[in-house]
Parts: sequence; C-alpha cells; structure tokens
Amino acid sequence: MRLPDLAELAVRNLRESLLRNSLTTIGISVGVASLVAMLSLGIGLQQLASRRLMKSGLFDTVVVTSRRDLRSFNREEERTGPAPGESRILDEPTRREIEHLPNVLEAYPDIRFITELRYEDKPHITTVAALPASAKSNDAFEAVQGHFFSSDMAPEAILQKTFAEELLGRTPKPGLDETNVAELAAPLLGKELTMRYAQREVSQSTAATTALGSVAVPGNESLGGAAYSVVSREQKLTIVGVADLDPESMRGPTRARVFLPLKLAESLHVMQPTDLREVSRAATDQPVYSSITVRVNNPAQIRAIEDAIKKMGLNTFSILDATRSLQQFFAVLDLFLGIFGSLALAVASIGIVNTLVMAILERRREIGIMKAIGASDGDVKKLFFAEAGAMGILGGIVGVALGWAIGQVINLGTNVYLKRQSLPPEHFWSVPWWLVGAAILFAFIVSLAAGLYPAGRAARLDPVQALRYE
Amino acid sequence: MGSTGRYPQNDSAPAIQSPAVPSPAIHAPAIHAPAIHAPAIHAEQLCRHYRMGENLIRAVDGVTLKVGAGEFVALLGSSGSGKSSVLNLIAGLDRPTSGSVIVHERNLAQLSREELARYRLHTVGMVFQSFNLIASMTLAENVELPMRFAEVDRGKRDSLAREALARVGLQARMNHRPSELSGGEQQRAALARALINRPRLLLADEPTGNLDSRTGTEIMNMVREFNQQLGMTVVMVTHERALAERYAQRLIFLADGRLVGDEANSAGPANASPDRASADGERP
Repeated sequence: MRLPDLAELAVRNLRESLLRNSLTTIGISVGVASLVAMLSLGIGLQQLASRRLMKSGLFDTVVVTSRRDLRSFNREEERTGPAPGESRILDEPTRREIEHLPNVLEAYPDIRFITELRYEDKPHITTVAALPASAKSNDAFEAVQGHFFSSDMAPEAILQKTFAEELLGRTPKPGLDETNVAELAAPLLGKELTMRYAQREVSQSTAATTALGSVAVPGNESLGGAAYSVVSREQKLTIVGVADLDPESMRGPTRARVFLPLKLAESLHVMQPTDLREVSRAATDQPVYSSITVRVNNPAQIRAIEDAIKKMGLNTFSILDATRSLQQFFAVLDLFLGIFGSLALAVASIGIVNTLVMAILERRREIGIMKAIGASDGDVKKLFFAEAGAMGILGGIVGVALGWAIGQVINLGTNVYLKRQSLPPEHFWSVPWWLVGAAILFAFIVSLAAGLYPAGRAARLDPVQALRYE
Repeated sequence: MGSTGRYPQNDSAPAIQSPAVPSPAIHAPAIHAPAIHAPAIHAEQLCRHYRMGENLIRAVDGVTLKVGAGEFVALLGSSGSGKSSVLNLIAGLDRPTSGSVIVHERNLAQLSREELARYRLHTVGMVFQSFNLIASMTLAENVELPMRFAEVDRGKRDSLAREALARVGLQARMNHRPSELSGGEQQRAALARALINRPRLLLADEPTGNLDSRTGTEIMNMVREFNQQLGMTVVMVTHERALAERYAQRLIFLADGRLVGDEANSAGPANASPDRASADGERP
C-alpha cells in the first residue's frame, strides 16, 4: 500500500475511536512535554551560565603581560621564549599588533591606579580603573543605576556600590539585607567628584620643573637623556552610574571601585605603579601598559590566540579549562534531565501499545476482511505502524507546544519571584529548534517502537479466525 | 440462451474419485464458456485438520475435485460438512494440512504468505454471507479498498469504483455507509468490491444466507451474469439445494469433510432465463 493511502487510512481509523486515541495522544504529549521541559531547562541553564561567563569576561579574555615585569603566570613560560630583558614592551604598537590578530575583538590596556577622590570636600582613597566601551555589555554593568559612560572621553565616573556607600557615609550593617543600589544612586547621580592624581609628564630637558618630583635617565645614549616629571593634577568627574557588583569578586578589572572611560584615563597619563619599575618607560611619552586585556570573539579560539601572542614573546593568561569542566557538567545534567523526561514518554508508549492492542481486538473482523480481499501481512502491519506513528507525531507536536508553554509559565513565575527578591529577571528556559525537531522525531520513533508488537500481532492474525469473530 | 449442453457433463460416478478434467469433447458446444484445457481449480487429496484440545477435527478430509475455468459450481452440504473450509482453502485464506490446491497452475500450499495475499488480491473475489463491508467506510471506499492494496492510482481508483457500483445499481449510494443500506444493497456492494480487481475466480460463501428470497434471487442473477459475461469461474457454498440447482452447473456434495457427490446439474440453469429476465427488469 502506498504511503498516502496508509496515512489516510490511519487517520481515518484514529478518528473512528476518537476519545481513546485522543487520550493516548495526550499521554504522548505529556511525555514529550516533560522531556522538552526538562531538556529546555538544562539547555537554558547552560546558556544562562555560559552567557554569564561570557559577559563576566573570563572566558573570552586573555590577559597579556610583558616578561619584563617578571611576573609570569605560568612557570613553563619562564623556561621557554625570550628572556625578560628581550621581551616586547607592552606599548601601543604591540597593542595594535595584538588587536589585528584573527578573531580578536579588541585589546585594551589595563589602566589602574590608587588615588584620591574628593566628594563634597571630603577625601576618599580608592582604586580607579579604566573601562573600555565594550564593558557596557558586561553583566556587572547590566543593572547599573544611571547609565554607562556617554562617550569614551567623557569626564564621567561609575561608582561601585560600596564606594557610593562610603561617599554617603553609610555603613551597611552586617546581617542585614543588601543595600538597595537605586537608593544609593539617587543622591549621587549627576554630582561632581574631583579626582586628584599624579600625571606623568615628559620633560624635554633633564631639568625638572615644579611638581612632585622628576626622574632623569642619564648615561643612556639611545634614550637621549629623556626625563619625565610627575605633576599633581585634578580632574572633575560627573557621577553617571552606580553599579552593584562585588568588590571582592575576581572579575578582572572590576576590583576597582571607581571606573573611568578608557580613552579619558589614557589621556590623563596617570602615573602607574609599574612606571617606576620599567626603565624604558622614561624614554618616551608613548604609553606603556602593565597588562593588556584581549577579548576574543569565540572562546574556542582562545588557545590559538594565546599561542599567537606567546610567539610575540609575551606572557598570556586565560581561564580556559574551567569552561571545559563546565561543559562536562552540563552534558551530564542534560543527560539526567533527559532520562527523567523520557520516563513519562516511556509510560506513554505503554499507552500506545494498550490502545493498539485494543484496536486489534476491536477491529479483528476488519483485519480479516482486509486480508480476505487481498491485504498482505505487510499492509496490515504498516497500517498499524502508521496509526502508531500518527499518534506519535501528533503527540510530539502537541507535546512540544505544551512543554514550551510550561517553560514559559515557569520562567514567568520564577521571574516574578526574582523580582520580589530584587534580583534582575533571567531567561533560563530555552527551546532551540533542534529540540523541537528532535522531540517530535523521538516521539515518532518511540511510538513506532510501541507499535511494533501490536502491528506484528495484527499482521499475524489468521483471516479465517478473524472473519469468524463477531 | 443457456442450455444444459454448455455445462460439463460428468457422467462418471460422483464420489471421492471425482472425474478427471472434462474433455473438450464432453464440454462441447458452449458459446460463451471457454474451453477447459487445464482446470481452474484442482484440489488433490485436500485435508484440513484442526486440533482442539485432545480431539483432531477433520474439517476437510481428502477432497479431490476439479473445477473448469468459467464453471459455476455449488458446494453443498449441511452445517459442519467442511464446505466453507474447502472454500477458504481455495481462497488462499487457509492452508491445507496435506494435499494440494492448484489454482490456475499455482499450488497454493507452496505460496508464501505474501504470495497468497497477492493471489487473493488479484485472482480471487470473495462474497460472504454477512457481506463483510467495513462499517467505517462508505461504499465507494469499501469498493476502492482492494485497489489501494493493489496500488492503483487514485484517479483511476475513483472512476473504477464508481463504474463498479453503477454496474450493481448503487451509483446513488456511493457515499453511504453500509449501515445505511439494506442487506441486498450491501451484498451488491460486496459483489462490486469482489470484482473490482477483475479476478478470475469468484468465491461466494452463502451469499444469500442473510437475504430474503427476492433479494437473494437478485444477487444470484448478478453472480450468474458475471459468470456468463465475464467468463468468471464461480464456486458458491450453500446449504440450499434449490438455490444451487437454479444457478449452478455442477453440484458438489460434502459431508464430514469428505466429498460425497459431484454431479452435473441436470435440473439446473434451464430455468435460469426467466429469473434473469425478471432480475434484469428490476435493475435500474
């Protein structure tokens, strides 16, 4: 019998016992829904975790340092590659070279210094760090009160929550709920902050001007006896945002408590601790960085980029292996969720067997007639298979829709809960297209497997006996 | 038109040693009936035994018979005589315990299940006492069903089913379900279904058993018409001797699974013509 005929007869037969077949199909739907719900939870959580990690800048980031500062991250690097004295200087050309490597999104210097900030004439000392414009998408700044820097050169600052508390003279009591960031931000946004800092200024002569002090590098011909001065400067900053992030977190540049736009920070030529250690720093007005942060467009490329940078004679550091164990964890989680989800489908498949066995009893005579007028065993078998398959596909489609709906409801409910806990909403439920297709296909295959026994039994039915059956 | 001369005259003693193939000479002056060289059906020492607990039931026990192509044969016997079992064996619905059934030179005992199904599909048309139409299908769909198994194109199927139902006078009832029809109409639809794949053999198991005599006559006239016009071999099981005598050319008697008589119907089809005329008159 041809496939369209089979499908037509199968659908007709299913319609004949509408209630029973509907109930069986609902059983399959519930099974598929539970499978889809479980797996989409696993996938959603995995996506959430990797999204978070990507945003945290840990897994798509390589930190590059020069060997000249003698702080390699990896002992292996101490033994291979150029000696520290011959290593590249982390300056603008090096940064640009790194930025032009394939798959590199950006490479920006890590500018970080401890300085004094005055707010309403009261001095506060803290670490200030520069942030590139791309940090806007970092999850640490996702829930920022106010807004991110209006431009990369804007004289603006974003405060970390604890620094905001300090400015307002509030000390959070231990054991109490965390301070509401919005409450802290309200009196601070738009206010002015005066940052006092030490500017490094290159002098054309060895004669130092006023200022905090000057350093000359005598006796080095190539450096031309360059010198620089350290000048005390002030910069007015407007507070544009207060961010809720943990000062103790190990998220790279976020350990600072006040953030400036990167280009602004670069233009200030702030004296950095490494300036004193690096002898070549004196020779030029060009900035030399203590480290460069490289962002990669795909975590999978990290290893290749690290290798390329190492070839340049620089040290690198990334947290790559952590992602691997994370992927492993989610693979196991998905497997377990999938097994639990499939249990309901297994139960539903017993429902299919039951329905079809009942159908054989009911349609015994019909099977006999069909055989008497020329249906082969194969025709009868295929017909029952088609019925099982039709229930499977229909149940699969309804089940996927149901699973998706359950996911939406749980997502909604959880977000209401998160909102009550003053936590940002999260999308931890994901039904990718491959899961839709795979779930329907799986329901179809399980249904066919369930139809195996009834179809075989129907096919083997003795037509003489079947025709005698009333 | 019909005359006794058309029918094989088996002048040898009827019994288990039934006559060999009627010779063309005996079979002589038929106008429509084809000459019988090889028999359409040839059963040899046919047995069908069942085991029921301790007991062995010999439903068919050593039946040997030959039916010529184009013959109209009635299998007669009381209930439990084995006539339906013989019919099922000829229909390929059942397999003999021993012996052979050769239909159009094919030994059914040696066919695979798949080949038997194909044999039933293309060579045999069956009509039953209880009509055996599928209740959930309309008449057109019922008639079309064998063509689905034969993988006939949908367009062709529709027109053939329409044509077949028109031939039995049911064109107006095509989209009705069997439950909406009278017994006679259902049996006519069953006839249309049996003939849809143009089989060479029409097997009827008590075709008038559930019908009143007038409707029964109507159905039997149709069967005879197919026998005569299409040259189809007909084997009919019945327990009504009068009916068999009116329509069959040959009467085969069974009792306790054995063949106990095989005779030409001397009384028979001579009186067929008036019936046919009247039946024709009734038909639309």
